[in-house]
Amino acid sequence: MPDTRFFNEMLADDRSVRDAYGDVAQWLAALPEGQLGLKTEEAELLFRRMGITFLVYGREGSNERLIPFDVIPRVFSASEWDLLSKGSIQRVRALNMFLEDLYHGAEIVRAGKIPAELVFNNDYYQIQMHGLDVPGGVYAHIAGIDLVRVSESDFYVLEDNLRAPSGVSYMLENRAIMMRLFPELFDGNAVAPVDHYPEELLRNLRAVAPRGIGEPTVALLTPGAFNSAYFEHAYLADSMGIELVEAPDLFVRDNKVFMRTTEGPQRVDVIYRRVDDEFIDPLAFRADSMLGVPGLLSVYRSGGVTVANAMGTGVADDKSVYPYVPDIIRFYLDEEPILNNVPTYMLRDPEDLRYTLDNLADLVVKEVHGSGGYGMLVGPASTKKEREEYRARVLENPAGFIAQPTLSLSTCPTYVESGVAPRHVDLRPFVLSGDDVTVVPGGLTRVALTEGSLVVNSSQGGGTKDTWILQE
Amino acid sequence: MLGRVADQLYWMARYSERTENMARIIDVANRMTLTPQDDETRQSAWVSALEVAGAVNGYNEKHGDINGADVVHYLALDPDNPASIYSAIRATRENARALRGSITTEMFESINSTWLELKAMDDDVIKPAGRRAFFDWVKDRAHLFRGVAEGTMLQDEAMCFMKIGLDIERADCTARLLDSKYHVLLPASEEVGGSLDYYQWGTLLRSLSAFRAYHKIYRDRISASRVAELVILNAQMPRSLRCCYDRLTETLEDLCGTSAPECQRIAGKIHSGLRYRQIGEVFDSGLHEFLTEFIDGNAQVGQQLARDFMMVR
Repeated sequence: MPDTRFFNEMLADDRSVRDAYGDVAQWLAALPEGQLGLKTEEAELLFRRMGITFLVYGREGSNERLIPFDVIPRVFSASEWDLLSKGSIQRVRALNMFLEDLYHGAEIVRAGKIPAELVFNNDYYQIQMHGLDVPGGVYAHIAGIDLVRVSESDFYVLEDNLRAPSGVSYMLENRAIMMRLFPELFDGNAVAPVDHYPEELLRNLRAVAPRGIGEPTVALLTPGAFNSAYFEHAYLADSMGIELVEAPDLFVRDNKVFMRTTEGPQRVDVIYRRVDDEFIDPLAFRADSMLGVPGLLSVYRSGGVTVANAMGTGVADDKSVYPYVPDIIRFYLDEEPILNNVPTYMLRDPEDLRYTLDNLADLVVKEVHGSGGYGMLVGPASTKKEREEYRARVLENPAGFIAQPTLSLSTCPTYVESGVAPRHVDLRPFVLSGDDVTVVPGGLTRVALTEGSLVVNSSQGGGTKDTWILQE
Repeated sequence: MLGRVADQLYWMARYSERTENMARIIDVANRMTLTPQDDETRQSAWVSALEVAGAVNGYNEKHGDINGADVVHYLALDPDNPASIYSAIRATRENARALRGSITTEMFESINSTWLELKAMDDDVIKPAGRRAFFDWVKDRAHLFRGVAEGTMLQDEAMCFMKIGLDIERADCTARLLDSKYHVLLPASEEVGGSLDYYQWGTLLRSLSAFRAYHKIYRDRISASRVAELVILNAQMPRSLRCCYDRLTETLEDLCGTSAPECQRIAGKIHSGLRYRQIGEVFDSGLHEFLTEFIDGNAQVGQQLARDFMMVR
């Protein structure tokens, strides 16, 4: 009997194949026995050979690991994508306006739409950004919106990532690998291409260069080869044809930023940084940071360089601000939100706290500042002991937690040990802002490989899939 | 190009070249011990391999007694020995990983495959029976490195820094190998030499892939001064000091254009010393002294290069 508790993206309840999956289902059925296993091994070999790995920090130093890749693609129809892309763009537009407002007059607080202490007491609110006009009013140039699906037409936003969202290189490499392994699947030209993402990114980054610079120089700032996402940094810099710089490659002089080149100093106009706020300038933030450029903030503040994403974007993707995003959209755009928010209990509210503690077994509880799937409690999958321990943690600092109903994440056919079986998935499309606000048709699909698991994070054993958007 | 990137390209090429050189150094010692001789001579072959590799102290700390199997393992596969083939391949790959944005995908993939293949090997590959095959594999992978670089990289600045690293490393190794055998190359030993020296010179030539070349050029029996001449001054022998410096100065000219940085002057001085010298003069001033001076000067070129181009603070 098919499990009808979860929305199966390929098969309807009567086992018929949904339209978008027509080609994939046919292809799956026609594959010779054992072919999926062979291709999976081949894909793994390719990933390893190309060095597409991420570093995992463990007791015995760091280790290079592959993120498991599932060879069965995930498919969206053109109309589904229309909804998702419009909804994601709407969200990012509103959040950028929210950030600009927060660092200027904070009208939204004065209008009583969001509590002042949530914003101004937030760890990610950067006082240094106050009053600063950034080019184009864009703060989050690159945003990743995490979406889940629960039914035919219901999608929820799980969280917004406005700091330095990663994963886009997997969107690009997964597609490249699929085209290499299964060229026949792409014969019909039905799948929208994604490989122009780096070009789009560069176009948007150049658009936000400081005023009066004709041919801006863009550089990507990485914490270095030991960062877990280093492959992605190198990959993006390479495909945009820009320099991949580490902090010691940059220096500040005469209120400008320069990189040290073999021909002497060369000015940098836009820095696409993959270094966190607190590490980016030891003079302004953490003094012990070895990853930052001393004096960068002062150049930024005087308009000598653009930093993307801007500092202080974390205040808008914080889990405690998340419940207010629908109101944020209404406030700035005067539109109804296209994508749903997950109902969220704020445990700093005594009533919400009581409800949550009474229903721990049914809810998902997360740390307000957590990420990567660490430190969360998935109620239905937890043991009594885990819930007791978690309850104690929550009671220590209720304001540090939120709770949400456990969503019935949709499933996609996935190749696992027992054969092809449904596994839960999410989706992260990447929204670019600068010149305009766009999203490349595709995204990163993460899949929880363990049966029944709802946690898709790669740090928790999740894998990825190629994501198809069908063209009309 | 970023100064740091130039520095990493330079070192990536040096490490790659070092893997091949190290394979050659061990191979020489290995062959020496296979020729009929007493235990003491056999031991000294291993000691001199450790000396050329600059690994004597490290080896003594770890193993103490000289023993063929231990020496080969220490120089080939020991991750704790910074000069081992294993460490050099790892360092090549670490640099390549940091350089992904500056080298071609083909280059990264070939370097990465070398590393993955090495990691999949166990200690059996250096058992006496399989040793030579392992050394051949190391050399093949280094040849591949150069071939892929030549065939896929833009002929630009990046390539220049790689070429410079390669020639500096190669010249250094040739000079060290020669220096470790300088006592058998002195004219005085030529008379008292006999068949043992013949083997010593022969192995030295083989380790530099110059055994056939010697016969092709001189069409005569092996003599010490000709061996030295071939390896130091011959312009056709790809691993000779002269040849390395012919290429190095040419690359520096491409790189520097009309600017004339200090490293180019130092390299030019060394080059003219090789170009206009006769082998008799080398022996007159002392072969060992000549080689020591060369090794120092060669290192100086590398250091000055860093100051001139890499904005090293």
